[in-house]
Amino acid sequence: MKLIFDKSVPGRCGVMPAKSDVPTSVNLKPELLRNQDAQFPELSELDVVRHFTDLSNKNFGVDTNFYPLGSCTMKYNPKVSELIASDTGFANLHPLLPQLRGGGMLTQGALQVIYETDMQLREITGMAGFTMQPMAGAHGELTGIMIIAAYHRANGNKKTTILVPDTAHGTNPASAAIAGYSVKTVPSNKDGVMDFDALQEMMDDEVAGLMLTCPNTLGLFNPEIKRICDLIHSVDGLVYYDGANLNAVMGKVRPGDIGFDIVHLNLHKTFATPHGGGGPGAGPVGVDEKLLGFLPVSLVVKRDDGTFALEYNREKSIGYIAPFYGNFAIVLRAYAYILMLGKEGCLRVSENAVLNANYIKERLKGHYDLPYRQVCKHECVFSAGNLLTKYGISALDIAKGLIDAGFHPPTMYFPMTVREALMVEPTETESKETLDKFCDAMIDLTEIAKNNPEQLKAAPISTPVGRLDEATAARKPNISYNCPLCG
Amino acid sequence: MAEQGLKYTESHEWAKIEGNIATIGLTDFAIEHLGDIVYLELPEAGDDVTAGTAFGTVESVKAASDLNSPLSGKVTEINEELPDNLETLQNSPFAGGWLVKIELSDASEASKLMDCDVYEEYLKNQD
Repeated sequence: MKLIFDKSVPGRCGVMPAKSDVPTSVNLKPELLRNQDAQFPELSELDVVRHFTDLSNKNFGVDTNFYPLGSCTMKYNPKVSELIASDTGFANLHPLLPQLRGGGMLTQGALQVIYETDMQLREITGMAGFTMQPMAGAHGELTGIMIIAAYHRANGNKKTTILVPDTAHGTNPASAAIAGYSVKTVPSNKDGVMDFDALQEMMDDEVAGLMLTCPNTLGLFNPEIKRICDLIHSVDGLVYYDGANLNAVMGKVRPGDIGFDIVHLNLHKTFATPHGGGGPGAGPVGVDEKLLGFLPVSLVVKRDDGTFALEYNREKSIGYIAPFYGNFAIVLRAYAYILMLGKEGCLRVSENAVLNANYIKERLKGHYDLPYRQVCKHECVFSAGNLLTKYGISALDIAKGLIDAGFHPPTMYFPMTVREALMVEPTETESKETLDKFCDAMIDLTEIAKNNPEQLKAAPISTPVGRLDEATAARKPNISYNCPLCG
Repeated sequence: MAEQGLKYTESHEWAKIEGNIATIGLTDFAIEHLGDIVYLELPEAGDDVTAGTAFGTVESVKAASDLNSPLSGKVTEINEELPDNLETLQNSPFAGGWLVKIELSDASEASKLMDCDVYEEYLKNQD
């Protein structure tokens, strides 16, 4: 499609500004003045409206179609949460106000939201306290690792290593490395979960902690999870729960009850706040009793008289890790979501997320390789390995073919333990009819792979931009646009 | 197909040992499974490398992976042209696509690596 600069016609305009009655001679040095007029596109108001409406129609999101991006929990974001977050009582608050003398009493509602969200998340996870500051999941991870480091420093421990499984999200080793730890990878066993014996062999006094997504990125729950936590604790290590997959077990299993010491949650995944370009995210971090003192400042506390206040006086705190109180309006949306669902609703979220994933797994397992065949949690991982061997059709080709069928592709080539991986997470908000349409499309693609592989190699053909040459785009990126107006 | 006369790791690096110097590279199996390679990060001459630990990074359109050193020693030379000519790595992994040369600190480590036939057998169980 044409860019707005390509649509420009000299002399056309949408508005007639009033003639300036301010003298044009200004005291600017000549070298700071333009040699020619600014090269803005020239269009009528209607041209501009159509241009941007066209662009908006090309958006793809959960509001337009199915978006089964594995380990990303692209669930529907209820519109009532948006309404609540746009309430001027919240939206127009200045973040400095509660820090000014007397300002606390003018912001009681907002402080109460932060305080009560903390309480809700404690109840859901079994942790002793939360910070709302982290702005995203990976930011929560870094916060968690900094708390691990602060704990070991306070105890005089000299530890150097963080363990992660070979199925970990890439952010886990990255967060640990940024915090200064060396990272060791624990292999999976034949069932696709962390190999307990291998973990046992890797254990020594250098182990500061283990980061674990549970269920893991194959959508599998590790039956050894309690023994894993106990093993890490036996060397005074800490166990970190990556909450990316909490949607599978919310209300069913509490990380704090299993023995996890630190948890981050992705409000933009599990708690239905906007996600993926629509952000911003929020990655609250919860800790157990022994780590409470290390949480970032400030925290919201409830005074004896029932009012809420910000507390800064925590000498062991790792300090600020974000300005003010995190992405408050995102916390507010999650707070509303949890209140709307209640305990019963939270349980049903996980039940339906798991049911939907297993439905897709069962419908597609005769058509795609399924490396791990047991009951999955909220996501399932297929392999396009059979299609690649037989017809030369890769996971990438299937993903591109799905775009032409009207669906967002699933996560592909992750986790790296599965060859030609296609990782599907339907979430609880999709109906059986939608899941069936998706499964039908996936099955159709295997037929096309067999009978007309060239069609898949050429996909997508229904999008404004077709198949990209990703290798050349990365090796020799051409990121400049030659604007026709600039000659 | 892997080449005779080289030593191999489970993470798909090869080493060609000539006296006290080993040339290190990635196998064609690794290259094929990575897909189109878009970025390569190598160590600098003079850096120490340890057998079994990362000395660089290779990134493809699918994934980023560590390059693990088959042997321990000091880097004497790197293939400086390679990061800007990734097609060479893709087309010629056992020759022009070599990554680094290292001066070995413990030549006996080579006995822990796989010979070509053993590596070929190992690959049969990889998919």
